[in-house]
Amino acid sequence: MNLALVVAGSSSLVHLHPVDMVIVVFYFALVLAIGVYLKGRANTGEDFFMAGREMTAWVAGLSFLSANLGALELMGWAGSAYQYGILATHWYWIGAIPAMLFLALVMMPFYYISKTHSVPGYLKLRFGEPARALSAVSFAFMTVLMSGVNMFAMAKVMQIVLGWDINFSIWVSSLTVAVYVTLGGLRSAIFNEVLQFFLIWAGALLIPILGLYEAGGWGNLKILIAQRASEQYVHLWAGLGHFSTNPMGIHWTGIVFGLGAVISMGYWTTDFLVVQRILAAKDIRSAEMAPIIGAGFKMLVPIIVILPGLLGLGLLPMKLVPESVATVTHGYSYNDVLPLMLARYCGPGLLGLGVTALIAGFMSGMAGNVSAFTTVWTYDIYRPLINSKGSDHHYVNMGRGATVVGVLISVGTAYLVMRSASIMDYVQALFSFFIAPLFGTVVLGMLWKRATGAGGFWGLLCGTLSSVSMWAWVKIDPSALRYVALSPDAKALAQDMYQALWSFLVCVIVTVVVSLAGKPQPDSALAGLVYGETQIPSVGDVPLYQKPLFWASIVGIIFVVLNIIFW
Amino acid sequence: MATPGRSASIWFFIGISLLINGVLIFGAGLYEYAYPPAPELQVVLFRLHSSVWWGGLLTLLGGFYTWHYAPSRARD
Repeated sequence: MNLALVVAGSSSLVHLHPVDMVIVVFYFALVLAIGVYLKGRANTGEDFFMAGREMTAWVAGLSFLSANLGALELMGWAGSAYQYGILATHWYWIGAIPAMLFLALVMMPFYYISKTHSVPGYLKLRFGEPARALSAVSFAFMTVLMSGVNMFAMAKVMQIVLGWDINFSIWVSSLTVAVYVTLGGLRSAIFNEVLQFFLIWAGALLIPILGLYEAGGWGNLKILIAQRASEQYVHLWAGLGHFSTNPMGIHWTGIVFGLGAVISMGYWTTDFLVVQRILAAKDIRSAEMAPIIGAGFKMLVPIIVILPGLLGLGLLPMKLVPESVATVTHGYSYNDVLPLMLARYCGPGLLGLGVTALIAGFMSGMAGNVSAFTTVWTYDIYRPLINSKGSDHHYVNMGRGATVVGVLISVGTAYLVMRSASIMDYVQALFSFFIAPLFGTVVLGMLWKRATGAGGFWGLLCGTLSSVSMWAWVKIDPSALRYVALSPDAKALAQDMYQALWSFLVCVIVTVVVSLAGKPQPDSALAGLVYGETQIPSVGDVPLYQKPLFWASIVGIIFVVLNIIFW
Repeated sequence: MATPGRSASIWFFIGISLLINGVLIFGAGLYEYAYPPAPELQVVLFRLHSSVWWGGLLTLLGGFYTWHYAPSRARD
């Protein structure tokens, strides 16, 4: 049967040629082949769940970055760049780089020397079983739900962009992921994430190159954007003095303290989906270098995400509108800007590579979710709470089974979302509830030896509940946003920033108060887990250019310079 | 992550991917160069023939990675 006939719909943004279909099919064949090839190297628990802890800094670093470089991320932030201008870059720079460097230099040594399998595993060592159980159950539950939401969203994108049938997209992608993760475990997921990294750059880099050529350079593009939108669209910081002087409706304090100090710290240092990649590093130097390498490349990602959005704003003949308007008018929405730019410059072959990059981004994101779920389920829920006497072989089989179950729950969630779109908003909101308080708990656990088990547990619980309460308050009474985000001019994105900031502070305050009221833990129980009680391992006697601190300084300087250039 | 004698490096698989994709894109670009589509079907900046040079670059990069990280070389 002709594959094109099976998947083609009546209308789509781009039309694939036979050579494009060959490139897409080749990608699926390659990832399945990699899974089959790696099956023989996933026999023990360390192999299956931790990829044998033998990844080099480059592989772990690129995988760490790619786990966050999904297709929805690319299309969504390109759309945000069209809508809000260069301000969207904050999510790639201040919303990532300081947190990645903090993870590398401050937190990684504790994760690594504790030899934990997961972030909940660290909480068990530091705060005891209740904190681990709370964190593990919420993470496992939310991860598979998020995977399902992303699966549906991507299938919907494939329907709009390529005209593919939703059921076809969901089942082909989920079965492929289930096969290669079940066979190869985390190593298979990491291999495909690094492959995806190269495909995304190979498939997307032509857009900014040709776009800047067409626009006549960055200077001319800024003039075009100022004419079609506003001069504020090309300034990172200049318009952030007040909520009403920038397209995003946000204040610099929200960006610096909410996004930079809490949300990004929470995501990049405690979300197990990304941290798991670093835990697979082969030694302490690789574990520290991996996030620094990831940070270096993260600073470049705006070239293939933000710049296409800005080019769309300056060059596309049609005006893009919000999704809700596009649905009614049958026009193009902000989120269509990346596929539109792809179709603008890419002929047969290049178009297939661009589409493959989007599919690869989606599948590796799903594989990341599933492999993280599998590890947390097996090591932090099943083994401590259900069966603690199984053999290593038994837990590997449990991991393989959990992979299949995780994929099936994701598929079920995708169909649930298909029936009721509002579920998607709830699930995405739920995920954000846990991140900021979890960062408070983990960072206090690592840096303050007086923090107790009860303090950690109650801080995490109260921080999470405060986040849920603020979200529900604004949901019931939208005018409450002025209190949560401190201004009547604040817009929806500002709510996320301030909600994270307050829930983090609640977590820290409760942890401190409960800890001070309780009995301190003996120092001997904190060795290897807390600053002051831990001998930080040396990266060895290596030249300056091989030291993590040296490269972190280089990345930090470039980060500052970029912010000044685009101020 | 080269593991000589045990399994192929991840960079080898990336080389294979870039090489095959590069050859396909280069071939498609050459075909369009020889048989240009009607002007209304051409992409913007068609005259630059980006498929040819981008496909060629991917082929070279993929070819180098495939050769350099080939399992047979790693075991030598």
